[in-house]
Amino acid sequence: MKFWSQTAAILMKDLLTEYRTKDVLTSMLLFGLLVILMFNFAFEPDSEEIRKFGPGLLWMTFIFAGLLGMNRSFAAETENDTLEGLMLSPVKWSSIYLGKMLANLLFLLLAQAIILCLFSILFNYGIWPRIGWMAAITFLGTLGFASVGTLLAAVAANTRMSEVMLPVLMVPLVLPVILSVVLATAANFAQPPEEPVMFFWMQRLAAYDIIFVILPLMTFDYVLEK
Amino acid sequence: MTADAAVVVENAEKWFGLNPALANVSLRVHPGEFVALLGRNGAGKSTLLRVVARLVKPNRGRVRIWGVDVARDPERGRERIGLVAHQTYLYPGLTARENLRLHARLHRLEGAGERVAAALTEAGLNLSADRPVRGFSRGMQQRLAIARATLHGPELVLLDEPFTGLDLEAAELLSERLRQWAAAGRTIVMATHNLEQGLEGVTRWVLLDRGRIVTEWTGDSTAVRSRYRQFLKGAPPGAQGRRT
Repeated sequence: MKFWSQTAAILMKDLLTEYRTKDVLTSMLLFGLLVILMFNFAFEPDSEEIRKFGPGLLWMTFIFAGLLGMNRSFAAETENDTLEGLMLSPVKWSSIYLGKMLANLLFLLLAQAIILCLFSILFNYGIWPRIGWMAAITFLGTLGFASVGTLLAAVAANTRMSEVMLPVLMVPLVLPVILSVVLATAANFAQPPEEPVMFFWMQRLAAYDIIFVILPLMTFDYVLEK
Repeated sequence: MTADAAVVVENAEKWFGLNPALANVSLRVHPGEFVALLGRNGAGKSTLLRVVARLVKPNRGRVRIWGVDVARDPERGRERIGLVAHQTYLYPGLTARENLRLHARLHRLEGAGERVAAALTEAGLNLSADRPVRGFSRGMQQRLAIARATLHGPELVLLDEPFTGLDLEAAELLSERLRQWAAAGRTIVMATHNLEQGLEGVTRWVLLDRGRIVTEWTGDSTAVRSRYRQFLKGAPPGAQGRRT
């Protein structure tokens, strides 16, 4: 109980801070919307190309917008050294990780929902009949991405070029998640939908998520320890 | 016996790369003592405090707080510690009340609402309690930082160069708090190189140099200040003898 109530306190703190400042969501959304708009100039809506490349373009936008948000996650804790303040509390340091990871997950999912709607409108991409499965795929992919991203954001926050370090460290590590989520999304939106293929990649995503959530919980103490 | 001591540091060593920040440091602080850690920049004062609070893991050695080995049970150790540093540990986007509430929730304090209200009143911040900390002056932030560090009633107060950057009013408030804590029998360990402020209640002075404790002094603060100034000019520290 103690672990969960302290995790909830850290999560609520991040949500309240974001509600006040809107730093993370604004940067992710602005970037995501700009990328989608640029793709819109390059690809004809309703075209065969967008059917083929849509899932990849969508996830590329999610991932680069997500990287921006992740960078803010621990960078914000360097002002007034508030991370050290959290570390001084009688909390397991893994609860700091979990609280911040859940906050990142919520911010990412919210930004993705808005970007997905815009993508659907601008490209006349029929997501609505398959929106339930898309939500499940997005959740699984984003969980893996947020788990690894939060851990590496903590590592990168203490480096000199944290904005560069995070993508350099993160993208190779989350490649299995990116591959699975793009292929699952493509199978979901194929005409007709290829459900066995989609389930195959969703199962892999779930397996990656289990690993990527448990490993950071076990290693986060070593990341913070000086 | 270690359970009767507030803090026991045994043979602590800490290296940052090839640089020794602490070299075989042993220190015992008794309950109710007010210990001042003196030394030049880089002498190891802050590292020693951070090792005690388990923010820094020593490469060798052990730290106990009221008998609790902080390597084995860091959370129990930290429950009894309050750290005041020149960083405030405050979230600028949150209000003063929200900052204290967060601290209360992390410490799982009972009657958190009343304790937070009382702490805000004591810090003279009840009129600004619901304003974001970003708009506070440095003095107000430091008052709130002290309220935050002591909200959970820590028996051991660690202070790391707490007077750095404070205006006169905030410095006087901090000196007053130190006198109150010392009079109330709290155990205090303060790293400082400011010899003019907050040292009225000090019972023991520990001098560090290049990661080692070179001597300890007790008694009259005027004499200690004079010795310390001579040490800074290169004179031998004039050992008074180590207390064990």
